[in-house]
Amino acid sequence: MTNTIGDIEDADVILVTGSNTTENHPVLSTYVKRAVKFKNTRLIVIDPRRIKLTEFADYWLRPNLGTDVAWINGLMHVIIAENLHNQKFIETRTSDFEALKAMVEKFTPDYVESITGIPVQQIIDAARLYASAKAGAILYCMGITQHTTGTDNVKSLANLAMLCGNLGIPGGGVNPLRGQNNVQGACDMGGLPNVYTGYQKVTDEAARKKMEKAWAVTNLPDQVGLTVTEMVPMAHDGDIKAMYIIGENPLVSDPDLNHAEKSFSNLDFLVLQDIFMTETAQLADVVLPSACFAEKDGTFSNTERRVQRVRKALQPPGSAKDDWEITAEIAKRMGYDMVYDNSEEIFEEIAKVTPSYAGITYDRIERCGIHWPCPDTKHPGTPILHTAQFTHGKGVFHAIDYIPPAEQTDDQYPLYLTTGRVLYHYHTGTMTRRTEGLNERAPENFVEISAADADKYDFKDGDKAKIASRRGEIIAKLKISTKAVNGSVFIPFHFAEAAANKLTNAALDPVSKIPEYKVCAVKLSKLMAS
Amino acid sequence: MDDQKRININGNSFSFTTGETILTVAQRNHIDIPTLCYLKGTTPTGACRMCVVEVKKARNLLPACSTPAESNMEVQTESQQVIESRRMSLQLLLASGNHNCAVRGSDGQSWTAFQLNVQQQDNSEDLCPVWGDCKLQNLAYRYQVSGETFPATENKYPMETVNPFIVRDFSRCILCGRCVQACNEVQVNNAISLGYRGADAKIIAAGDRPLKDSDCVFCGECIQACPVGALVEKDARYDWRPWSNRKVRTTCSYCGVGCQLDFHIQDNRIVKISGAEETPPNYGSLCVKGRFGFHFIHSEDRLKTPLIKKNGNFQEATWDEALDLTAKRLLEIKEKNGPDSIGVLTSARITNEDNYAAMKFTRAVLKTNNIDHCARL
Ligand code: SF4
Ligand code: SF4
Ligand code: SF4
Ligand code: FES
Repeated sequence: MTNTIGDIEDADVILVTGSNTTENHPVLSTYVKRAVKFKNTRLIVIDPRRIKLTEFADYWLRPNLGTDVAWINGLMHVIIAENLHNQKFIETRTSDFEALKAMVEKFTPDYVESITGIPVQQIIDAARLYASAKAGAILYCMGITQHTTGTDNVKSLANLAMLCGNLGIPGGGVNPLRGQNNVQGACDMGGLPNVYTGYQKVTDEAARKKMEKAWAVTNLPDQVGLTVTEMVPMAHDGDIKAMYIIGENPLVSDPDLNHAEKSFSNLDFLVLQDIFMTETAQLADVVLPSACFAEKDGTFSNTERRVQRVRKALQPPGSAKDDWEITAEIAKRMGYDMVYDNSEEIFEEIAKVTPSYAGITYDRIERCGIHWPCPDTKHPGTPILHTAQFTHGKGVFHAIDYIPPAEQTDDQYPLYLTTGRVLYHYHTGTMTRRTEGLNERAPENFVEISAADADKYDFKDGDKAKIASRRGEIIAKLKISTKAVNGSVFIPFHFAEAAANKLTNAALDPVSKIPEYKVCAVKLSKLMAS
Repeated sequence: MDDQKRININGNSFSFTTGETILTVAQRNHIDIPTLCYLKGTTPTGACRMCVVEVKKARNLLPACSTPAESNMEVQTESQQVIESRRMSLQLLLASGNHNCAVRGSDGQSWTAFQLNVQQQDNSEDLCPVWGDCKLQNLAYRYQVSGETFPATENKYPMETVNPFIVRDFSRCILCGRCVQACNEVQVNNAISLGYRGADAKIIAAGDRPLKDSDCVFCGECIQACPVGALVEKDARYDWRPWSNRKVRTTCSYCGVGCQLDFHIQDNRIVKISGAEETPPNYGSLCVKGRFGFHFIHSEDRLKTPLIKKNGNFQEATWDEALDLTAKRLLEIKEKNGPDSIGVLTSARITNEDNYAAMKFTRAVLKTNNIDHCARL
């Protein structure tokens, strides 16, 4: 997030898109709801599903799946046409405005309605409201990123915020909500193919030299590595021979699971390090038991870049060990000494090699976390990014055209499928599905469908149905819900036994390599009594 | 400094800003005015009258939580009149339900009958499940009152135990309304409200239905707000006890909000989780996963020992065997097919330190940049 969670209550207008906030980030959603109810903040929700937050919204725009760039460009068209943009911010802080202006020219409300299905007047009203805000915050989540055009969607939201001068101010910002607890930290720590900690590029010679020195090694690789979504097909083709997987269960979370399963089985050697025997661990050659968060010391970095302490409260079961300890043991046996007494020593090394973490110590975050960047031990941390200037000087507008989703519905697969989470479960369910109460509230997989579609295909609430895409099929109960839109169904992806990702499309965004989880074409059919 | 507004409390003068209540001024200056219904950050309801204070020239005692501070106001927070009033309020509350903690007093005749009756309703021989962690009990002790001054009122509504997380014990509810404020003004879930009037009053979910059939999302904010034993975690009821309980502050491991929470640990087990108050980003709030979803930690299915697959079946191994094999195979494959034939997936669940170790290992030891995690997924 460019801004903080607490900051949300200072916004005049909040625009939420692609985030079912009350279910996926429940405590953060309380800030949004309080702002609306008690502080006169206006709320715009842009989401195909009738999510809970729509009850709090002044405007609810319901775009067709995968048409985000179109409505964002449409809002910008209206804002520029009506001269509601922030000229001063654009002149002093940004570049390439003319290119953006030329691009959004054709995105008239009529044209946007024809793509997105959002009525013209709603586009105009929402644009005016967002532009009228002294401070306008944008919140988004996987509904924006999990598309073949995810990178475009994110850049478009940044365009919109810059257009109205909503960056670098309290109550403003473009705020991605991180789905998993330490996504931010995993990225900050360089758990990515192209960067070391703090986003220092592996292709940058100076960064490489610095790391070589810090780690006392030579010849660090200088080519960008592979993303997970590239590794899987390469494993399938035999170009990736071995994998070391820590705390992930790609066999439920990956798109197009049938393909993924073959890929992992094809490896010469698979090591899995986790707290449970997951679906993926079943395929491993070696399984290493690790301690869970309640059994280790360390830090997580939350979605607002706040580095917070994790504390050891219990002994791990059996002989399970800290993840870092296991990794260090393997390193040692491969001839490289990675010796640490405890997690704090590792953190000190992180601070040493990472400018944005340089000023953070366990002592300083004993009682309350600190937002990076925090360049030195006197620095208070940085709750709001880009207050004076952007990281790379000027904020660049990106002129982006609309591209339809990779897979469209047709006669054979007439319905769109979108996937997501429910309040009571988390990710692939390995953790939450072990709490009975959570299972009682959300016991099994379901397909959410609108009453009209259920009628059309002659289904009743609670009927079992087969849902098939071009890649696979699953069986689940139908749930008629007012959350659903006509023409689309929604399936949560927590349930391994009827994994939604057997259906989803592995088509990738060309830049971020994020698969298109949020749109694919499916068909429903009755289960024949045998 | 002359134009600064000042109020006098217990003979000392304090500055205040417009809009502050007597209570907030007092709290800021470490003057302890007892409260039951007041919930920070929400609209005061004035329901319990525990916070009453004596204000010079005012006809009645005034509730400090909802009375704005005014210039030159003279306030007494523990005068005889105030103490009498608080004692009376407490006696009425104690008589109003199954408050079977020791402070009820054992001087009267009805003690045994009362206790036996409560035990039967609780289905337990223990005293109240929040014994030792109850604001009403604390105040009764502080003001030395028992529950026998007034006749016990009849207990109208049976306990609700039909949802998996929260036990609602109406017999111990003092109708302070904090849970309603927590639900509607902090979490804004609007699931519960004060229903019925007078002696029939009850905290109800829409249409007086069980929570599981209401808008309740089981965030548990109401449990944490309840000053007495009327709302209790189902799992922790009679298990968690304040005197045998060790607390450890940590960060929630589910979503990216990173709520701060406290584990309550007994016998090396987590028995309950509460939100860490007074600290960002959540200031005490949690959601159903963060508060109740901890059972996986103690699951019997946890991996406890390294495993090596032999002929298609996993067999238990020592750490040395498993680590040696891993190192040997990775080295062989690196030698034979090159570093880029190996891929590492680190995780968005594990700590920064764990991630750093995995990153360093991939680059410095395997000598590949093929490292990623499933954040995109
Ligand atoms: S658990 Fe949460 S939603 Fe349910 S009644 Fe309590 S505060 Fe309201
Ligand atoms: S349930 Fe607890 S918080 Fe709610 S009114 Fe009763 S005593 Fe107060
Ligand atoms: S308690 Fe809920 S909202 Fe808070 S971090 Fe955990 S999962 Fe997220
Ligand atoms: S605390 Fe003031 S009336 Fe209850």
